[in-house]
Amino acid sequence: MSGSAIPFRVRLAASGLDGVTLLVIPAMVLILALFVYPFSYGLILSFHPKDGSFLGNYGHFFSDPFLYGTIYTTLALALPVTLLNLVAAVPVAFRIRRMRHQRLITTILVLPITLGTVLVAEGMLNYFGPQGWFIRTLSILGLGSPASIKLVHNYWGVFLSLVITGFPFTFLLTLSYVSGIDVALENAAATLGARSAARFRTIFLPLLAPGLAITFCLSFVQAYSVFPSAVLLGAPAGPTRVISIAAYEAAFEQYDYSLASAIAMVMGAVQLVVVVGVLMSRSLFYRGPAAGAKG
Amino acid sequence: MGSHIAFQSLRLEKVGRTFGAMNALQDLTLEIKRGEFIALLGPSGCGKSTALNCIAGLLATTSGAIWLDDVRIDTLAVEDRGFGMVFQNYALFPHMTVRSNIGFGLRMRGVAKAELERRVDAAIRTVRLESQAHKLPGQLSGGQQQRVAIARAIAIDPPLVLMDEPLSNLDAKLRLEMRQEIRRIHQDLGGVTIYVTHDQDEALSLADRIVVLREGMIRQVGTPEDLYLRPAHIDVAEFMGFRNRLEGTLISDGSVQPMARASADFGGTVLEGVALHSLPGPAVTAAIRPDDLTPVDANHPGIDATVEAFEYRGRDFFGTARTPAGVELFFRSEVPLHAGEAVRLSADPSKILIYQGGAA
Repeated sequence: MSGSAIPFRVRLAASGLDGVTLLVIPAMVLILALFVYPFSYGLILSFHPKDGSFLGNYGHFFSDPFLYGTIYTTLALALPVTLLNLVAAVPVAFRIRRMRHQRLITTILVLPITLGTVLVAEGMLNYFGPQGWFIRTLSILGLGSPASIKLVHNYWGVFLSLVITGFPFTFLLTLSYVSGIDVALENAAATLGARSAARFRTIFLPLLAPGLAITFCLSFVQAYSVFPSAVLLGAPAGPTRVISIAAYEAAFEQYDYSLASAIAMVMGAVQLVVVVGVLMSRSLFYRGPAAGAKG
Repeated sequence: MGSHIAFQSLRLEKVGRTFGAMNALQDLTLEIKRGEFIALLGPSGCGKSTALNCIAGLLATTSGAIWLDDVRIDTLAVEDRGFGMVFQNYALFPHMTVRSNIGFGLRMRGVAKAELERRVDAAIRTVRLESQAHKLPGQLSGGQQQRVAIARAIAIDPPLVLMDEPLSNLDAKLRLEMRQEIRRIHQDLGGVTIYVTHDQDEALSLADRIVVLREGMIRQVGTPEDLYLRPAHIDVAEFMGFRNRLEGTLISDGSVQPMARASADFGGTVLEGVALHSLPGPAVTAAIRPDDLTPVDANHPGIDATVEAFEYRGRDFFGTARTPAGVELFFRSEVPLHAGEAVRLSADPSKILIYQGGAA
């Protein structure tokens, strides 16, 4: 050691590395073991198809409509569902923010998350099935017959189940963003003559937009990776043959793990494109704190 | 600005507001003339903010009526009242520039662009923020933010400007500066300003009339001078700096008329003071400002006490003492004293206010 008075540990601490930094290690190990390693493994595997060519799997995927069509099928489910959930969650969050029994109602709305997609799917098969309460009530009311309305084993079955299981998640995130906006801002706008529609347009929407973009991304990723309800409630051979089904079939019916990995990579890329696109649009909006004052 | 503000008075008639079983505001009756600066003064929870929010329309009243000349306004929606409001935490729109914040009310009214620009410019000049006009609120200091909030409220030329403790988040020096600004802006505007505060100095220096509230009810309405010299109630007196309270027994028999001299026995010492109200006796409380309570010779009547603390204030000394009965007294002295010393304290009879009632 030289005569310089500052010990190595102190210099490390000054640059932000000290004992507390070690607390990051468990999370790092987890991310490496459960995300980075499997992802890299899958990525490399996807470039080693059975036929031996480098891009064989990707060539196969994009030349077979039965495979590349799943991208569109999944988007056709995930995008409308996510938008609908978001559009429905905003007014509900606004209403609940001002209610006294906020916690009770929030709990009820969030309950479907705890049920899991399979239980919801089973319930829906009964409730929305040809002999279920829903269709029977409609036919008693003369609004349709079991023959004309079909709500399970098709697109709408999966759509409904994604709404039911996705809404609580979207709603919880939205509520936290809506609650983050200072009530005084709305009061100030009201005293300045802004009616509720104008207050929403000029104050809430611009302040909420960045948060809603994040909510959209998280909800979209969840909906895009739909699998159980697409099988149980949809028509997995046709209209709801989503991309995860294609990957599943490749892996466990054709035992072609390499192709399955390639499909998973395509799935990830599509999600990434949508997420990056939405997040980039955030830069159009103000993204600072949504409070009316400093600190 | 403000030349077209044409109304004569704002009248509150028995305005009340309850929250469940609690009366936050009761029977608030007050007539305010155009041009007046009114301070609502009281400790937290006294109903002053409730009163302000009821006038603004942010809170519905549960009884009474509010009139602007012949127009009943307590039934109007907050958007339709057209009053300017300045919030304690400023409530600036964080995503809009200073200009855009100030022009918000005018945009909501559909004011034409040229007119809007002109009026926003005028409001910005009034609060002297010309160089900050294109910044976002987050880039401004607390004092600047409050100026924006004031400009935003006055840009719509409101008949009434409501201010809810607007200076409480600022430091002491800035508070003094802003007080003068607020007074100047009020005079420029020519309407009514209603200013909520718990700081009596702010109320005394700003207001034409002060309304002292306590537990949702008016305790006193008067000019700063009225309140300072003749507080109508022992609570108001305490708020106006009469920190010394002595409980005693009225000596003169029968009732004492208002504004008359009254003598009372305070633990063996007889002091003479002024009764602001009739005193049916016998239990009374005397209120004295620390600056009026000074040491006297042993051959004068006075309250005997022991000095507990003593400090130099520049021109004179400020001390605290305790009577044998345990009452803490605050006093002023021309000569230095020491802790533990015996002292006899007294005040000029005209500076001692005697109120009905004992232990409070």
